[in-house]
Amino acid sequence: MNQPILNESQIGRTGEVVFRARGLSKVYRLGEVDVYALRSVDLDLYEGEFVVLLGPSGSGKSTLLNILGGLDAPTSGEVIFRDHNLIQADDRELTQFRREHVGFVFQFYNLIPSLTALENVELVTEIAKNPLSPQKALEMVNLSERLHHFPAQLSGGEQQRVAIARAIAKRPDVLLCDEPTGALDYPTGKLVLEVLQQVNQELGTTTAVITHNAAIAGMADRVIRLRSGQIIEIHRNETRLAPADLSW
Amino acid sequence: MPGALNRKLFRDLLHMRGQVIAVALVVACGVASFVLLRNTYRSLLATKTSYYYEYRFADVFAQAKRVPKWIIPRIAEIPGVAVVQPRIVSLVTVDFPNVEQPASGLMISIPEKRTQMLNDLHIEMGRYIEPGKRDEIIISTSLADRNGFKPGDSISAVINGKWTRLQIVGTALSPEYIYEIRPGDLFPDNKHFGVIWISIEALESAFNMEGAFNDLTISLSPGANEQKVITMLDAILKEYGGLGAYGRADQTSNYFIVNELAELQVSGTIIPAIFLGVTAFLIHLVLSRLVRTQRDQIAVLKAFGFSNSTIGWHFLKLALLVVSGGIALGTLVGWYFGLQLTELYTEFFRFPLLEYDMSGQVLLIASLITFGAASIGALSAVNKAVSLPPAEAMRPEAPASFQASLLERLGLQRFLPLSIRIIVRNLERNVVKAVLTIFGISLSVALLIVGFYFFDAIDQIIQIQFKTVFREDATVFFNEPRPARTRYEIMSLPGVIKSEPYRIVPARLRNGHRSRRTALLGIDPNGELQRLVDKDFNIYRLPPDGLILTTTLGESLGVRPGDILTVEVLEGERPVLQIPVADLVNEVLGMSAYMSLQSLNRLLQEGGTISGARLMVDDAQASKLYGQLKLTPGVGGVLIPGSILENFNETLARTMGTSTAVIVLFAAIIAFGMVYNGARISLSERGRELASLRVLGFTKREISVMLLGEQAILTLLAVPTGYLLGFGLCYLLTTSIDTEMIRLPLVISGKTYALTFLIIVCAAILSGLLVTWRLRSLDLIEVLKTRE
Repeated sequence: MNQPILNESQIGRTGEVVFRARGLSKVYRLGEVDVYALRSVDLDLYEGEFVVLLGPSGSGKSTLLNILGGLDAPTSGEVIFRDHNLIQADDRELTQFRREHVGFVFQFYNLIPSLTALENVELVTEIAKNPLSPQKALEMVNLSERLHHFPAQLSGGEQQRVAIARAIAKRPDVLLCDEPTGALDYPTGKLVLEVLQQVNQELGTTTAVITHNAAIAGMADRVIRLRSGQIIEIHRNETRLAPADLSW
Repeated sequence: MPGALNRKLFRDLLHMRGQVIAVALVVACGVASFVLLRNTYRSLLATKTSYYYEYRFADVFAQAKRVPKWIIPRIAEIPGVAVVQPRIVSLVTVDFPNVEQPASGLMISIPEKRTQMLNDLHIEMGRYIEPGKRDEIIISTSLADRNGFKPGDSISAVINGKWTRLQIVGTALSPEYIYEIRPGDLFPDNKHFGVIWISIEALESAFNMEGAFNDLTISLSPGANEQKVITMLDAILKEYGGLGAYGRADQTSNYFIVNELAELQVSGTIIPAIFLGVTAFLIHLVLSRLVRTQRDQIAVLKAFGFSNSTIGWHFLKLALLVVSGGIALGTLVGWYFGLQLTELYTEFFRFPLLEYDMSGQVLLIASLITFGAASIGALSAVNKAVSLPPAEAMRPEAPASFQASLLERLGLQRFLPLSIRIIVRNLERNVVKAVLTIFGISLSVALLIVGFYFFDAIDQIIQIQFKTVFREDATVFFNEPRPARTRYEIMSLPGVIKSEPYRIVPARLRNGHRSRRTALLGIDPNGELQRLVDKDFNIYRLPPDGLILTTTLGESLGVRPGDILTVEVLEGERPVLQIPVADLVNEVLGMSAYMSLQSLNRLLQEGGTISGARLMVDDAQASKLYGQLKLTPGVGGVLIPGSILENFNETLARTMGTSTAVIVLFAAIIAFGMVYNGARISLSERGRELASLRVLGFTKREISVMLLGEQAILTLLAVPTGYLLGFGLCYLLTTSIDTEMIRLPLVISGKTYALTFLIIVCAAILSGLLVTWRLRSLDLIEVLKTRE
């Protein structure tokens, strides 16, 4: 494994603030009642850090991630990404924001079934400004052997690794992962986490992972716990565990 | 079926309303075209039949020179003859006060006192003539309408060489002149020609016909042998200058109506068939998709113990409901347009009454065929729905597997951007669907080609007839053949720059047992004002000797160039001649036989006799010329091609314009329905994929391209296919509408192709835009959380 670009003491301390969220609330109206998905959440994410957002389903973690990723708008509050104000952005600007700055990894991979692994990555590098080569991105997730396979010919773990390669190939400023191991079995899940950690270390990409699996928290710089739309705890790990050392 | 399942049915329908509407519209077009064409056909047929019956349209017609009345009992004794009605009929020159050119009227005698007669009159305006009033006339409604005549107006006519003032007392319709054209013409020109009914006494004295007649109409008793009657009648009339009797089939007006009805029957079969094919396919497309998305629901229903037939019927009912909506709409639209079309027909065909009603039978057949087509379309989808074991159906469908497309296997992938690769692979994954979609869209392309083709064909005919064949400014024709010196008299008329005389002689052409009644037309082989031109604009030169027949006539007589034809001249000395056929010419219109004028004159031993002349006229003196011709008693009338063309174009623009507008609308709906459904189904199948791309930062425009590119390629592929198909259909039409009257040239103009392309592309773009509008509401978040 390569040398870490940033040493641990630097991460999350000297790094600049990438995301700055203040007073984020999100209210869904379900029939007659208002449901609060987020209640006045304040949060900063720092450059290069690996954050795990932990919470049971319905705690608001996905809503938070979606707002940070420019997929959803809060009911009130503000989100600043570097010098972009995401709240004031229209659909076109949000699309541009996602295109240039955000890499997504989904629970169900969401690969394009009609494109091969390599092409799925190319799809993104074609529209990025300064991308990795698709081969290099796939090499990083150890899939150099399966470049020309279609999604239907890949296992779940392999598909998720293609999805990660696709997300990082554009050298995003931030990598947002929504339950990336949720659909995978135990060993495969760990393999995917290793890839995520490796990307975080090699490329220094700010990474936020949503999970309800508390064991994963061990590999993060910071762990943010949510419940009922509120942050109830932010915890900093003094040492990050390697994914191999996690167990659940 | 349980109520809950029915509620599901209605909610599914509501949920898929866009596609439901698109399918229902296509169904509506099919039903409408069927109802429209069948209704029009049936209405015209019923109207014609009851008109013929109520107004006693005759069965056999005959003209002769002068037949003594005492012969009538002999004719009445011919077995099968029911009623014999002798008349005096004569084409006379008339002067309409508001018309510059001389016109002609077909004078037909009627009894002074109104009695039941064959070919009875339906008085539209005014009244019947009064006994003893020999200057009272009834004129045809077409003539009155075209020239604005009303009862009380008067016109002049040359009767027995003298200008006579005639008083219009009424306007009328007759079953004999539903399509009212001058004998020998193809297009109506009711500004210059019309039927005039006058008392028999007036005509008897005017034409020295006391105790005689020159025209005969006969009705037959049921079961009579028409051919035998005709043969015996001809034998009797021969010595009185009989021109050969004929039945309804050869009666001009009836002939045109029967031809038109035959055409309606052809198009009433082809066009609805296209729509119903598309309907079946669309129903299949939509239902297959629904079944796929409802796999799990089907599984649950089956797990709960619903039977296959209940579930099958559930989906079939969905298809039938969609179709029912289309049938209801189509019936209304078809009924309405059918009425419009039928009414338009009455511009050509004059009926006193119009029997337009919706026949239950048409509706029943339309419904049965449509339900049948929908059921066929639904069948495989429904079958798929019920054949799944519940456990398997509950699992999501296996992910779509793809492979490198043919283009890439050929090594072309370097040239294909990823977005194109996605499109091509999606197409290749479901080739059958792609092919059927192409076929469906190409049907609408073909329909448009056929719709516009009629304009092209008519335009070509006009080009040939009015620009290449007949190039005269006016044709003057005489009541009787005129001696050679008339040629010089014509030349000395004011404004005549050039004159080409012609001779026309009624004749029966016979080859073995085949014979046709027609006319020999003698023209100047070096003439410039009338030429022989085939359907490809090739100009034929008349040989000095021998006959040239139109291909239609030659085929009907079974003769080839070099054969000898027996020609029984039906005029004057009535010689029977043997004349070789020099050639056949493939003209677009009619059944004509041509000869050089000189050679015809020689064969008839008549010097330089002529029947009329085609004239090139100095515009500045035209009025003077027509004024003088009006006053010349021997002149039967003047034909002005320009005026005929104008009249023809006007009526044509209305009828063809309407029917083409309907075809364009329907074809656009098919194209719209195909593309819209195709894109909607792609969207529902690939919504997740497209949402993922949006999340990855692709713009709406970029994913619209990926979604609609498939439809765009299919549409573009459908265009050339549709062109070919349309060409084939046009060919089919030219052969099935290859009547004796008209031979449709197979020409499709660049304009037709271009216009078709434009309409199809617009329909496709419109449906594409509607679908992309739905892309706006693509739920980006939902898609990330769920597995399909």
